[in-house]
Amino acid sequence: MHPAFSVIFLTTLIGVGQGLFLALFGIEAVGAQATPMFYVAGDALALAFLAAGLIASFFHLGRPLRAWRAVAMWRTSWLSREVIVLPVFMALVALHGWAHYSAWNATLALGAATAIVGLALFYITAMNYVCIKFLQEWATPLTIVNYTLLGCASGFTFATLLTALVAPELARPLALWAVVFTAAAFVSRVASLARNARLHHRSSLQTAIGIQHPRIAQKSQGFMGSSFNTREFFHGKSRQVVQGVKWAFLVLAFPLPAALLLAGAGEAAVSLAALAFVIQYAGLVAERWFFFAQAAHPQNLYYQAAS
Amino acid sequence: MTQLALVIDLNVCVGCHACVTSCKEWNTSGVAGALADENPYGADPSGTFFNRVQTFEVGTFPDTQTVHFPKSCLHCEDPPCVPVCPTGASYKRESDGLVLVDYDKCIGCKYCSWACPYGVRELDENEKVMKKCTLCVDRINDTSLPETQRKPACVLACPTNARLYGDIHDPESIVSKAIRENGGYQLMPEWGTKPANHYLPRRRATAIDGELGATVEQQRPAEPEPTGAPSRP
Repeated sequence: MHPAFSVIFLTTLIGVGQGLFLALFGIEAVGAQATPMFYVAGDALALAFLAAGLIASFFHLGRPLRAWRAVAMWRTSWLSREVIVLPVFMALVALHGWAHYSAWNATLALGAATAIVGLALFYITAMNYVCIKFLQEWATPLTIVNYTLLGCASGFTFATLLTALVAPELARPLALWAVVFTAAAFVSRVASLARNARLHHRSSLQTAIGIQHPRIAQKSQGFMGSSFNTREFFHGKSRQVVQGVKWAFLVLAFPLPAALLLAGAGEAAVSLAALAFVIQYAGLVAERWFFFAQAAHPQNLYYQAAS
Repeated sequence: MTQLALVIDLNVCVGCHACVTSCKEWNTSGVAGALADENPYGADPSGTFFNRVQTFEVGTFPDTQTVHFPKSCLHCEDPPCVPVCPTGASYKRESDGLVLVDYDKCIGCKYCSWACPYGVRELDENEKVMKKCTLCVDRINDTSLPETQRKPACVLACPTNARLYGDIHDPESIVSKAIRENGGYQLMPEWGTKPANHYLPRRRATAIDGELGATVEQQRPAEPEPTGAPSRP
């Protein structure tokens, strides 16, 4: 597939926002000491990430002014469900911040409900990819695990930065949780890489045109120039570039930020936490690019030779 | 229930692209607006086409056959592109089984094109909505046309009659008979999409001037003959 940066930023940015909120709720749930303004600031930042992701998603649309129509088909479409649940989650995060600001006593219950919606949003986002069964690289429960753990890892890393800035006594446990999520995400992402490396594609040129012969070669795809088929479904990069992106995200998203978080955990170092987040986010952009590029769409079987 | 479809005879298609040009001509001229046609005379022409003819070489030289393979929307009976559409712009019409796009509802998210294994949906670069073969929905129901003309433009254009059109749910229709009698098959049956369009497999060629009944592989026994996939119920 051709990686679309609108979708890359959508999925990575809302992942940070969801993970950050889960970190805030975790702090609240264990009863750690934090001021109401800490939650207000945290919720506002989570909201900023979610809003940035939502804005990025509009750049994917040919007709962004009609985007409201996408709430219609929630009965069948995971994309429609995502379009509904993301704003609901954003509203709940805003409400959670407002509840802390105005000193409600039901913030914990509200936070729990918001956290459930946030977790559901990970599932819904991932199901957009899992449900396309012939994109076999995506059609695995590992995709759901990856989206959830990668979002939590980046969100907890950002929460480490936030606490290092305004609540240093919380920075150490958050850094450790960020490392735990980063390590877990590393395991599941490597597991999906291993799975996809051994993947057997069910479609072939034989099934694509229905001719059972071992030697079939395309001589013409029907046109000399380009088309939607040749632009949307091919990443157009060399094997070396794709492999380079894979190794880049394997280093940038996991061991490097984990090492920085551990190094800074002791004295709640703001600079190390900030560096860890920036590097990990860059790694996740590379990870998502690779996620799209690796998926081999069966329609590509029909576009192997221009003439 | 009616399920309109094309049946394409791979024995007869000569790869002339008349179906491609007639499709573009008809569908760029209708009330739905022109199809994108970017840089048509330049080095990299690009545009929206609902139908393409591709060419494949089967076998190893000199024992090869050239297969011309027209490809358009297959109007699947279980179309994977429809349920993923977030707006309901993509739908399968109850009355005749056509898979259609309501251009006024489409937001151009391209998700349906990802969900089609055959690559027959295209984002129109001018209108930024998804377009695809409609089986010339604005011809086949047009009672102002003589009845013989109420067929998709590609079917009418085909000089070798390689494209048959009809209701595959009517066992007596020309398409049902062709599928039944010639082993018509579907593309990528492994995904359970149940395409309505079928293809008729290549038959073994019989030499005209040689001995009666001599076939290509009797003359050249080294290479296995391409045969079509088995038909499905």
